[in-house]
Amino acid sequence: MHELSGITLHTLNTSKFKTNTLVLKLKSALTEENVTKRALLPYVLQTATNTYKTSTELRIYLDELYGATLNVDLSKKGEFHIITFRIDIANEKFLKDSTPLLQKAINLLADVLLNPLVEGGYFSSSIVENEKRTLKQRIQSIYDDKMRYSSHRLVEEMCKNEPYRLAANGVKDDVDTITAQNLYEYYEQVLNTDDIHLYAIGDLDEEEVINFVEKAFPLKSRQKSLHEVNKGKNVTSENEVIDRDDVKQGKLNIGYRTNITYNDSLYPALQVFNGIFGGFSHSKLFINVREKESLAYYAASRVESHKGLLLVMSGIDFSNYEKAVKIIKEQMVEMQNGNFTDNEIAQTKAVIKNQILETIDTPRGQVEILYNNEFGSIDRKAIEDIISNIENVTKEDIINVAKQIQLDTIYFLTGKED
Amino acid sequence: MREIVFDQLAEKLYYEQLENGLKVYLLPKEGFHKTYATFTTKYGSIDNAFIPLGKKEFLTVPDGIAHFLEHKLFEKEHGDVFQDFSKQGASANAFTSFTRTAYLFSSTTQVEKNLETLLNFVQEPYFTEQTVEKEKGIIGQEITMYDDNPDWRNYFGLIENMFHHHPVKIDIAGTKESIANITADLLYTCYETFYHPSNMLLFVVGAMDPDKMMNFIKDNQSKKEFKPAEEISRHFEDEPATVAEEKKVLKMNVHTSKCLVGLKEVSPNRQGTELLKHELTVNIILDLLFGKSSKHYKQLYEDGLIDETFSFDYTGEKGFGFAMIGGDTEKPDELEAQLKKILFQFRNEAFYEDELNRAKKKKIGSFLRAINSPEFIANQFTRYAFNEMDLFEVIPQLEKITSEDVKRVANEILDEKAFTVFQIVPK
Repeated sequence: MHELSGITLHTLNTSKFKTNTLVLKLKSALTEENVTKRALLPYVLQTATNTYKTSTELRIYLDELYGATLNVDLSKKGEFHIITFRIDIANEKFLKDSTPLLQKAINLLADVLLNPLVEGGYFSSSIVENEKRTLKQRIQSIYDDKMRYSSHRLVEEMCKNEPYRLAANGVKDDVDTITAQNLYEYYEQVLNTDDIHLYAIGDLDEEEVINFVEKAFPLKSRQKSLHEVNKGKNVTSENEVIDRDDVKQGKLNIGYRTNITYNDSLYPALQVFNGIFGGFSHSKLFINVREKESLAYYAASRVESHKGLLLVMSGIDFSNYEKAVKIIKEQMVEMQNGNFTDNEIAQTKAVIKNQILETIDTPRGQVEILYNNEFGSIDRKAIEDIISNIENVTKEDIINVAKQIQLDTIYFLTGKED
Repeated sequence: MREIVFDQLAEKLYYEQLENGLKVYLLPKEGFHKTYATFTTKYGSIDNAFIPLGKKEFLTVPDGIAHFLEHKLFEKEHGDVFQDFSKQGASANAFTSFTRTAYLFSSTTQVEKNLETLLNFVQEPYFTEQTVEKEKGIIGQEITMYDDNPDWRNYFGLIENMFHHHPVKIDIAGTKESIANITADLLYTCYETFYHPSNMLLFVVGAMDPDKMMNFIKDNQSKKEFKPAEEISRHFEDEPATVAEEKKVLKMNVHTSKCLVGLKEVSPNRQGTELLKHELTVNIILDLLFGKSSKHYKQLYEDGLIDETFSFDYTGEKGFGFAMIGGDTEKPDELEAQLKKILFQFRNEAFYEDELNRAKKKKIGSFLRAINSPEFIANQFTRYAFNEMDLFEVIPQLEKITSEDVKRVANEILDEKAFTVFQIVPK
């Protein structure tokens, strides 16, 4: 890790990939005021730069660089809104050509972030308008995917009074309030205040990369922001929300508050808990909802590590709603009562450990594991520590986790009556 | 054991065909923690009419049976095989496509144990009427889940438009009605015909010692007995070169319309290097026409006809093939008209050598990116091998493609009788 002015660079030298990967992460608080502008910004930036003035010119340049890929992506980690730019480029070692591609990729990434196409002091308004249209379609597309839609609706209902209710792609009705000018002003704020990390992974020379990045990213230094985690409310009663729509399969989504996040000492136990409860095909939800009762094709749970939520999802016949809810609730009681075996614990730990090791076999996974550390007040965790933390989890820890978990909201998307 | 070295890619592949006919490929990957293995049979959803092993007459089986069989192989007398894998720290899965059924696992520990579990569970079927009945509920929910998915409906709708008879038009999972006719006996019949080792391929990639691994596999296989292999007879009705339907529109509960246009492969009989070169050339044509750096892409985007869901793809197998282009759109009819125009104009259009060279460069880079992934290597290698092609021939073949090839293939595939459209529009 190298602290440069305004940017933290992480390099990882490995020869196991045929390509080099650059991942640039910009972090800021998730707010109602900025969420939609922030969702639009990276798409405007990746369309054109002052050097490559149209999307076609920029895309031709990427093709010339042996089909380097440039992608952007928005995500939430707890109540932070993360912009990700990613470039993946062939390692010239495997080409007949020996152009130094990595340096070109670093310069291109800097060009996209720092040297946008500016017309009359602001972004090009035709690009902004085109990207506004695409953003609206991107936001709207969630309605057409019932699985995504129902998990979104659950979070929206469950976190009504918390920023976490906001989707990373922003709010459709706010898109039209964005102009080339106010977006450019927001962009300047992002450059000056966001927490910025760059990851470079591949068969690379670290000194060389530091040198290239220092030259390509002349950023102002900034104050490191403190990370306060909002775990949300203390649940007093269960909330039930039923939506009706023209669907053939009902979508059942249940949200629990775990009151445990990435920084907590019980976090590894929460991971093991989730594995036994609903994370894998050997877990209680899969076995009891799918295998024993044939109610569903999928019945699973996942943890929102930086927000302290446990989310259950399943697709069932409308008429099986009550039966499925009852079975899921029973599995939670089983967990709270410690009705799981040492074998189940060992099995789950083995699978989690395997998952972690597999994650670092991809450049993307490597970055995700490293980046999680940026949300901790804890020391940087090495893979070995993450694994030994999982191994040290005891049955008591898991029961403790289970007892802290509170059911917050049951959401059901069901068919129309008639 | 044969060693095949790919110098430019710095990869070494090991190969052996075992006495029972099973083809085994091993690709060690240095620096990787995981080992990924796929055990695949050349048996997919299209194989619904065939002569069962040891019989003389053709049998037609219910739609969705290959996929059903895939689900059921995981269940044994002692319970669920998923459990065995997870006890050994592995994650397992399976999938059924038009032409293949693959069983797979990945793990970072106890690789030999997991490999043994994989080989044994696939080679020791256990079906009872009771477990078959139970599975009908689960697969029924899988079918309903896809029914609500507009992208899947669009994809299959387009394929249904293309084919008059070919079973590729039948949904891989079948329907709730067709799977109701599946019995344990029928599953055994399909199993015995298609799961003979001589119809299967094992690919292991990742962390391993190839000599030890091959000996382990040989040892496992030599302990099992199989009936003598027979050539499998599959029956397909003659399929006209024309499309069955030129256009269909489906109303669904969506906010944004979807439009896919398709070109049915008019002569889908290529295999081996011929197929490899053909599919690479078709992919280059699609990229020249619709890639993000093409003038058409920019125009379609700026005209508000496409968004980031726009994509294109070509599938080529023995007996069927098709190209698909499209995505979400606010204006499905306009998009359809533009895509059609762009495609058929290309027959008379001049294009430049530098565009072709760029498209080739792009494909070479994307191939390198793909072979970072053990999953890609194992799955694609198997698909290639079943079509008598070699995955590691991709770069050399790409380099050989000329502008004459592009012109020739374009003239062949761009046939108006092979063009069809499927749209999903809001209710």
